[in-house]
Amino acid sequence: MSAPCRILVLGASSAMAQAYARLRAAGGASFLLVGLNATRLAAVSGDLRACGAHAAEIITADLADLAGVEGRAAEFRSRLGEPDEVLIAYGELGDQAESERDLDAARHAIDVNFTSVALWILALLKDRPPQAPLNLVVIGSVAGDRGRASNFIYGSAKGALDRFLEGLAQKVAGTPVHVVTVKPGFVDSPMTDAVAKGPLFASPEMVAADIVRAVDKRRRVVYTPWFWWVIMTIIRHLPWFVFKRLRI
Amino acid sequence: MSSWGRLTRLPHEVTRPPFLDDASSVIASPGKPILCRGLGRSYGDVCLNADGRLLVTDRLDRFQWLDLQAGRLRAEAGMSIDRLLRVIVPRGWFLPVTPGTKLVTLGGAVANDVHGKNHELAGTFGAHVERLGLLRSTGETLTLSRDQNAELFAATVGGLGLTGFIQWVELKLVPIRSARLDTDTLPIKDVDDFFRIAEASRDWPFTVAWVDCLAKGSDLGRGLFMRGRWAETGGLAVHRSPRLGFAPELPGFLLNAVTMRAFNALYRNRPHGLGTRTQHYDPFFYPLDALSSWNRLYGRHGFYQHQSVVPFPAARDSVKRMLETTAAQGQGSFLAVLKLMGDTPSPGVLSFPMEGATLALDFPNKGERTRRLLDTLSDEVLANGGRLYPAKDAVMSPAMFRAGYPGWRTVEAWRDPAFGSDFWRRVTGDAA
Repeated sequence: MSAPCRILVLGASSAMAQAYARLRAAGGASFLLVGLNATRLAAVSGDLRACGAHAAEIITADLADLAGVEGRAAEFRSRLGEPDEVLIAYGELGDQAESERDLDAARHAIDVNFTSVALWILALLKDRPPQAPLNLVVIGSVAGDRGRASNFIYGSAKGALDRFLEGLAQKVAGTPVHVVTVKPGFVDSPMTDAVAKGPLFASPEMVAADIVRAVDKRRRVVYTPWFWWVIMTIIRHLPWFVFKRLRI
Repeated sequence: MSSWGRLTRLPHEVTRPPFLDDASSVIASPGKPILCRGLGRSYGDVCLNADGRLLVTDRLDRFQWLDLQAGRLRAEAGMSIDRLLRVIVPRGWFLPVTPGTKLVTLGGAVANDVHGKNHELAGTFGAHVERLGLLRSTGETLTLSRDQNAELFAATVGGLGLTGFIQWVELKLVPIRSARLDTDTLPIKDVDDFFRIAEASRDWPFTVAWVDCLAKGSDLGRGLFMRGRWAETGGLAVHRSPRLGFAPELPGFLLNAVTMRAFNALYRNRPHGLGTRTQHYDPFFYPLDALSSWNRLYGRHGFYQHQSVVPFPAARDSVKRMLETTAAQGQGSFLAVLKLMGDTPSPGVLSFPMEGATLALDFPNKGERTRRLLDTLSDEVLANGGRLYPAKDAVMSPAMFRAGYPGWRTVEAWRDPAFGSDFWRRVTGDAA
């Protein structure tokens, strides 16, 4: 039997991360789960072990703490071994109106959703054996596809992440490192509980199944559910004189 | 929020905590009366708490541990049977008792002490629950079992979620060698034929009958008797996600005696319906799960379900009279379900099953006319020492409830004062 797939999950108590990890656990993967709250990580770990995970260790960390990234990344890598797959699933929707007035809130939104993610990726790739295969799966957002009045602080951080991953993917093309940018639309998760939910909301389980397919088929970018590709293609191509009148 | 019967649509303060720790802080915080709700598959108002708080448990769906050697597990109360089976079936285990839909949570299965097609043999769901974790609004967490806090355990199994927040459920599983069942489907000529076939099917663990509730006279009670037992071979494939999508909300005029009769005739004469075959557990146990939100077929006014149990020896004649009443009214439903219940004592004070025959009938809501029919059926049940199933009920009177469930005051005494439901307020009224 081959060694179990080693998966590092940053933001392991998020709804999408849990749903994805459950699917991977069924294949007997070995996890290192990172998040803020030890009790919650333990609950996720117990669940994954019951679903078939070979192991599911937990480490608490404030993933938005930029100063800690390099040291903690080394710690995660030595604890788990070089990961075969990294899922970066943490993020915060933030409050656009508040962030426009409170610069600390704005900076926090950008750090959580972009700066820290970029640093985690760089730290995890640094000095990695060049022959070791890696799936780097990062949850972005359709909100990053075009800046919109209603949430351009969160959106711009996700947009920057999109550019970062695009460039990284170009750099590692032809190597065993594969970068997948996941762009969910509305997902029915605790992060969006403050928003009125409508028929466009997808379950975390649907999103997770799409991510598994995208990883297995080595897709670069995946919109989930698929119809967001149609919606965002239209929105991206709207001419400015139309776009500026939209209330979105 | 509505229940499965879609009879009412009333405002609730709804929270859906993702982890037990935030669920616990919701329970412990003061506020309007609170009720926990799973997937909302109960038909009437046991899962409703209008103008109060509802804590929806569907995100609390994690295993805490799973022992595949012993066939035991502990899981958060919001875990659905659907998800549970996806994990345990491929490893050769199944639930000892399952209701007719897998879209219920373990907490809901405990709170309603649900039963299945093997009631005669296995008793209720609660009979296989070893321990429960209960959080009271005082912040106290308790472990309940037959030995530990036994009275509260008996009040909580079948206790309609009123004794506190069921945080986790620990239960025993049964081993299976195949995900398929050997099944046999026989035609039933009439009510007497049902009782004869049921008696002759004692060595089949799973039995149920579908009855054409529009048939009258000498055809009264005609239908199909289905029986099954776990197969020895056939693989351990888990069920698939439903292929048929969202059911449409049918306009009321389509729900008349003619369409119902046509549906019942089609069902009875299904090609390749009769005889022996092997079937996957999904169509055998959960035929209606194939069409998600089938409840919408009953139109925008919703529907009622009458499910009663009448003890022997009155059961046979009582079932006949109830079917006669239903057929004479022509209000009958798509399908009626008839089944015997065994003598295994139920673990809960308010558990529904008792030895006898249980009959379930759906009625599209046609207002006063439907409620009068339901009252007539209730009177028949009451006169013969039977009772109605709270999980299905939207109309029973306080008198009917108290006659059927003489132990209700015990549950009232154990009820967490912060908890309440529309059902409980309706049937206990001022007496509580």
